[in-house]
Amino acid sequence: MEVDKYHIPPPNELDVAEGLRINSLMAASRNPIPDPDSWIDEEIQRNVLVTSVDYVVDWARSRSLFPLMFGLACCAFEMIGMATSRFDISRFGMDIFRWSPRQADLMIVAGTLTWKMAPAVKLVYEQMAEPKWVIAMGQCCISGGPFRESYSVVPGINRIIPVDVYVPGCPPRPEGLIYGITKLHQKIVKESISKA
Amino acid sequence: MTTALNGEQIARKINKASPGAVVAADKAAVVVTGESLFKVAKFLKNTPALDFNYLADLAAVDYTDYFEVVYHLVSLAHNHSLVLKTRCYDHDKPVVPSLTTLWRSADFMEREAYDLMGIVFDGHPNLKRLLLWEGFVGHPLRRDYL
Amino acid sequence: MVIKTEPFILNIGPQHPSTHGVFRMRVTLDGEVVVDIEPVIGYLHRGIEKMGENRTYTQIIPLTDRLDYLASLTNNLAYVLAVEKLAGITIPERAEYLRIIMAEAMRISSHLMAVGFFLNDLGAMMTPVLYMWREREKLLDLFEMVCGQRLTYNYMRIGGVSHDIPEEFLPALKKFVAEMPGFIDEYDQLLSQNEIVLARTKGVSILPRDTAINTAASGPVLRASGVKWDLRKADPYSIYDRFDFEVPVGKVGDNYDRYWVRMQEMRQSVRILEQAIAQLPSGVVWADVPQLLHPPVGEVYGHIESPRGELGFFLISDNSIAPYRFHIRPPTLINLTALKDMVVGWKVADLIITFGSIDVVLGEIDR
Repeated sequence: MEVDKYHIPPPNELDVAEGLRINSLMAASRNPIPDPDSWIDEEIQRNVLVTSVDYVVDWARSRSLFPLMFGLACCAFEMIGMATSRFDISRFGMDIFRWSPRQADLMIVAGTLTWKMAPAVKLVYEQMAEPKWVIAMGQCCISGGPFRESYSVVPGINRIIPVDVYVPGCPPRPEGLIYGITKLHQKIVKESISKA
Repeated sequence: MTTALNGEQIARKINKASPGAVVAADKAAVVVTGESLFKVAKFLKNTPALDFNYLADLAAVDYTDYFEVVYHLVSLAHNHSLVLKTRCYDHDKPVVPSLTTLWRSADFMEREAYDLMGIVFDGHPNLKRLLLWEGFVGHPLRRDYL
Repeated sequence: MVIKTEPFILNIGPQHPSTHGVFRMRVTLDGEVVVDIEPVIGYLHRGIEKMGENRTYTQIIPLTDRLDYLASLTNNLAYVLAVEKLAGITIPERAEYLRIIMAEAMRISSHLMAVGFFLNDLGAMMTPVLYMWREREKLLDLFEMVCGQRLTYNYMRIGGVSHDIPEEFLPALKKFVAEMPGFIDEYDQLLSQNEIVLARTKGVSILPRDTAINTAASGPVLRASGVKWDLRKADPYSIYDRFDFEVPVGKVGDNYDRYWVRMQEMRQSVRILEQAIAQLPSGVVWADVPQLLHPPVGEVYGHIESPRGELGFFLISDNSIAPYRFHIRPPTLINLTALKDMVVGWKVADLIITFGSIDVVLGEIDR
């Protein structure tokens, strides 16, 4: 009679579809995606006319980034802390955190990424319009952090999406994240519009 | 102070109500058989002197020969608590009766025990994986995983 | 003319402005009215229970920080109390008082966030959050003075706390405790009799008393439904029996009661802090416990009253340096069992507020 009672009900089709998506993403993400480094090549081949147009456009882009609120875990509260009046990122032009990826151009991923959440991150990243940048905030995003050995944690978000700036810390202080954002500003200023 | 009831005394009361249910009892806990678990739990809930109306915790443990499910029961009115356990010796297809009809708090906790340990709870209204995704192979919290 | 309608399933997905973390709900709606709801969790499951089996007892303490990351010190406290119960260790008096001071300050900080984000869900954008963040930043400065960290403290150790408080701490804490009741009065004045708050939360999503007990709700959710059950009074741990405080209990169990209970608990926490500062003795802060602890064979269930409910740790030891089984009883996951009862029949906007009033933290639900 024991065999009869070991009855697992058939799974919901929505759950099965989600599971297939997650398993296929896991299989496809064996190697990390290389960091975008086109700004290094451009620096060698600059010419004067493109430089000044580039400079104005890039300056405008970097000083008005709209961040996307993508807080997953503990680091999210330091990200929100950065947005409050004590550390204040609105002096950098990043006043409003957008909730919709269609309206944002900077995605700050804060917190541990698990395989179950990975398709959602990829979907949100693909919904953002070019030009877009990604900041990986906290140890869990850089390499899996304290949970690297676990069976369900992605060892670094650069397996799923390309990352521009890595901000270490567990969690990083809001000042640390602001330093990361200023580094991103310097990186954006070096990009050329002919690439985007 | 919440008094932790003596397992041996409770075991005697349980044996009077449903003889043969108790497998082992010591000061800390009472171990009952899988088949009589539901009857014993109902007796513990409905007896006015015991009145265990709050299921605080449900944990599943993998000792390599058997699985053990540990229930921590509390009575809010009398302010006493009891540890109830049941064992399942089948390692491939473990089945334990579900207590969701008595205490609804067992709902998510039993789903989690199924997800991470692989124990099937017979009578659960919605037994599917809670924390991992459908299509994940294996039950991670078992001793022989990884 | 008869209009044909049919219910449809809306996915309030893992990334959404008003979910407090990565929580997903499949809601079946008939127009705007909720007919059925299915929570889907696991988007932050990090396998902490499995990792605990491979680490020594002291190495698990930083892992417990990341469970309920808004109240990290109470997680630490629950874990070290469980281990000390298992191994039979007594800790010095000064360490006990320091633990209580930290735990109650943490409770104030956590409730400030809970109330602030509850009002954020109601539509008050970020104004209450920023008001409450102002006080929370003062608390975070105090914690940073002692523990060196703003969010994940890792301050408690098995046998006491990790180091003593610096000299600037007590005067700053006394200043905070003196001003805090004034700030709570300010929030009360702005919020508790506000027409919009009353109209949207009074009588909404009532959780009846019997359902609350049957679904093992705990913390403010249980107390708002009229059950006077607080582990600090019912099963006192550490030295809570030396302090004089009350346990606020709601009457009806609607969203307004859950908000009101949290505001009153902040006042009681300030009371406990005043008493603890006055009674703080001098002495060492750590009992000499070996780094590689070998507790005797046995099992223990240690539970405390965290700001969100009854947080319990179930540990089984087999006399080696790592626990055999490390199980966490998350208060917010069990509180969510009653979500369906509370929400069915109300509208989508009420669903968001009810979810906010339960005050979930995904790190604890998913572990």
